[in-house]
Amino acid sequence: MTEQSVTVAGSPVGGEIVTGAAPQDGTPDSRVSVKPKNNRAWLLVLPVVVSVAFTAVIPLMTVVNFSVQDIFSPDDRIFVGLEWFRSVARDPEIRAAFVRTLLFSAQVLLLEIPLGVALAVAMPRRGVWVSVALVIVALPLLIPWNVVGTIWQIFARADIGLGGWTINNVLGIDFNYTLDSTDAWITVLIMDIWHWTPLVALLAYAGLRSIPDPYFQAAQIDGASAWSTFRHIQLPRLRGVLTIAILLRFMDSFMIYTEPFVVTGGGPGNATSFLSILLSKVAVGQFDLGPAGAFSLLYFLVVQIVSYVFFTVLTRSGR
Amino acid sequence: MADIRLEGVGHSYDGGRTWALRPMTWTWQSSRAYALLGPSGCGKTTLLNIISGLLSPTVGRIFFDDREVTAVPTAGRNIAQVFQFPVLYEEMSVYDNLAFPLRNRKYPKAEIDQRVRRVSQLLGLDDHLKRRSRRLDPGRQQIVSLGRGLVRSEVAAVLLDEPLTVVDPALKWTLRSKLKEIHRDTGHTLIYVTHDQTEALTFADEVVVLNEGAIVQAGEPTELFLSPAHEFVGHFIGSPGMNVVPAEIAGGVVRVAETDVGQAVSDQEDELEPGPVRIGVRPEFARLGGEGASPGLPVRVTGVDRMGAYNLVHVRAGGHPMIAKTEADTRFAPDTEEFLHFAPDRAFLFRDSVRCGSISPLDGLDGKGAS
Ligand SMILES: Nc1ncnc2c1ncn2[C@@H]1O[C@H](COP(=O)(O)OP(=O)(O)OP(=O)(O)O)[C@@H](O)[C@H]1O
Ligand SMILES: [Mg+2]
Repeated sequence: MTEQSVTVAGSPVGGEIVTGAAPQDGTPDSRVSVKPKNNRAWLLVLPVVVSVAFTAVIPLMTVVNFSVQDIFSPDDRIFVGLEWFRSVARDPEIRAAFVRTLLFSAQVLLLEIPLGVALAVAMPRRGVWVSVALVIVALPLLIPWNVVGTIWQIFARADIGLGGWTINNVLGIDFNYTLDSTDAWITVLIMDIWHWTPLVALLAYAGLRSIPDPYFQAAQIDGASAWSTFRHIQLPRLRGVLTIAILLRFMDSFMIYTEPFVVTGGGPGNATSFLSILLSKVAVGQFDLGPAGAFSLLYFLVVQIVSYVFFTVLTRSGR
Repeated sequence: MADIRLEGVGHSYDGGRTWALRPMTWTWQSSRAYALLGPSGCGKTTLLNIISGLLSPTVGRIFFDDREVTAVPTAGRNIAQVFQFPVLYEEMSVYDNLAFPLRNRKYPKAEIDQRVRRVSQLLGLDDHLKRRSRRLDPGRQQIVSLGRGLVRSEVAAVLLDEPLTVVDPALKWTLRSKLKEIHRDTGHTLIYVTHDQTEALTFADEVVVLNEGAIVQAGEPTELFLSPAHEFVGHFIGSPGMNVVPAEIAGGVVRVAETDVGQAVSDQEDELEPGPVRIGVRPEFARLGGEGASPGLPVRVTGVDRMGAYNLVHVRAGGHPMIAKTEADTRFAPDTEEFLHFAPDRAFLFRDSVRCGSISPLDGLDGKGAS
């Protein structure tokens, strides 16, 4: 009994067995604490530690590894410290892309959040139309990114695309996203709105559905207008889901890659060259692993910081 | 202020298969304080929502005095309603919550301030006016909801749906008397929903008892107690509830298991049909002792509960359990034979749960003849 206890004492599970066994055989064991201590919790945390290590920490460390070296070949590499970070941060092309991406995310948030909420408010609260509305709204979310890109690439074309052709020939507005920077930007923005507003709408709808009926009844009794009801009953109770929606939409739009890549390829010129497009050009196109690593880490850092700021501000203001 | 008249108003949530509220015709008189009393699920909230217009009835018409309001939405009816659980504008201060119904109706600023302060003073919210309403405890939150219901002046009625359920019992009494006070001052028609009989009886001018979607009796508290018109009222009001014993009418005499209990007296002009009937008598009016008095019947004592202020004596009459409420100093031993005497005019006869008559002394007994 004692032998067995001692052998398992080192393992996290063993802690409990030792404390249980010691009083029975009466042999004092210096490792047995008087207070029963259960180390099993460590065992429960382990799966998370392992999975986080594999999904985040280890891949990230390889990037860190690249970012501080100049690699000429697998056997010929030198440590350069923060040199790559400095050059990335000073690179005018990357800086321009950073501003561009930030602007894009800001526009996405300013348009998709109110639109999504409006859509959610307009959706039926009960009845047979609920499921119909849900399916229709959710449809764009089920389409793969690159298919979304392809759809819009064709749809917006001035010569054969339904949308592009209509704008040019029916509305009489000169529109060509392959030539005009503004047109390209608008195309990518509208595509993102079409693709992702439904996500905001569904989140907001779930939030709205959780509001008990008496709140709306009280608003009627108190003579509140529709706007007032929205402002004082619905909006306050959407805070939680909107926090999630804003974070998701910020992170996603700030890292947008596939759709603009398919539609515009970053052009015309650099008009829709977002950070991710530039990054893949550096990493995959030019195979500059050092600058690409530094670039990635800075990119990652910005997403983290902005998300943290959003989260803190949104949760603080709710208290 | 107006009389609120329901004409054949009924409601079904499932397209007419079952009535949550059976079609009823009923008038709520202006300026009276009503208690709407009934068990869970009997349709109290449904009835209130119909009056306030939150729900439009499946059948029937609603009038405020002579104005038909059946199709008028809530905003046009000018009714104040307080719900069972606190409903607040959570990010607003208590003050703004109270002012909200007034601001929506464009009251002048000075009047809003004056009304809010009056209500908050009455309900003891003065110290909390500046706090965010959701930081309050649930009891206080409900008081704020109540305040929103009371802050308006020109309302046709104030409907209170079990407003004190979540409020601390000690505070309940205070609030209820405050409500009475407010009712006296303002003269609003007040409908106070509750399933607590004490609350109903102490509060209201008139108690309306609702059961399974129908009004079974309405009257002053004492009337409901002394003279229940429906078995349900007998059960629901009073503690313990009314005794009910199956009996039979034969030749104008009420009999329980071959024993003549008393003379059957119809509530109507005509004689009561012979056949099965149920006797209802409250424990308060069932007296033990007084051998051979009429109306009454022999019983066997089965047990005694000492309640302090009084005793509850459990007996069996022809196999049916009954309870008699006696003075605290009386002694009745289990398994003894006793005689259970009904107080004059306090024993009733029910058929299909509805009262049809009462029991009077048998001819030649107790010196009082019956027709
Ligand atoms: N929205 C609804 N849809 C379907 N059935 C409902 C709905 N609201 C109430 N009911 C049903 O109608 C009946 C009456 O409900 P109501 O809420 O009026 O009862 P209540 O007397 O207020 O009960 P409680 O004391 O529990 O509040 C109940 O059987 C209830 O299940
Ligand atoms: Mg209810």
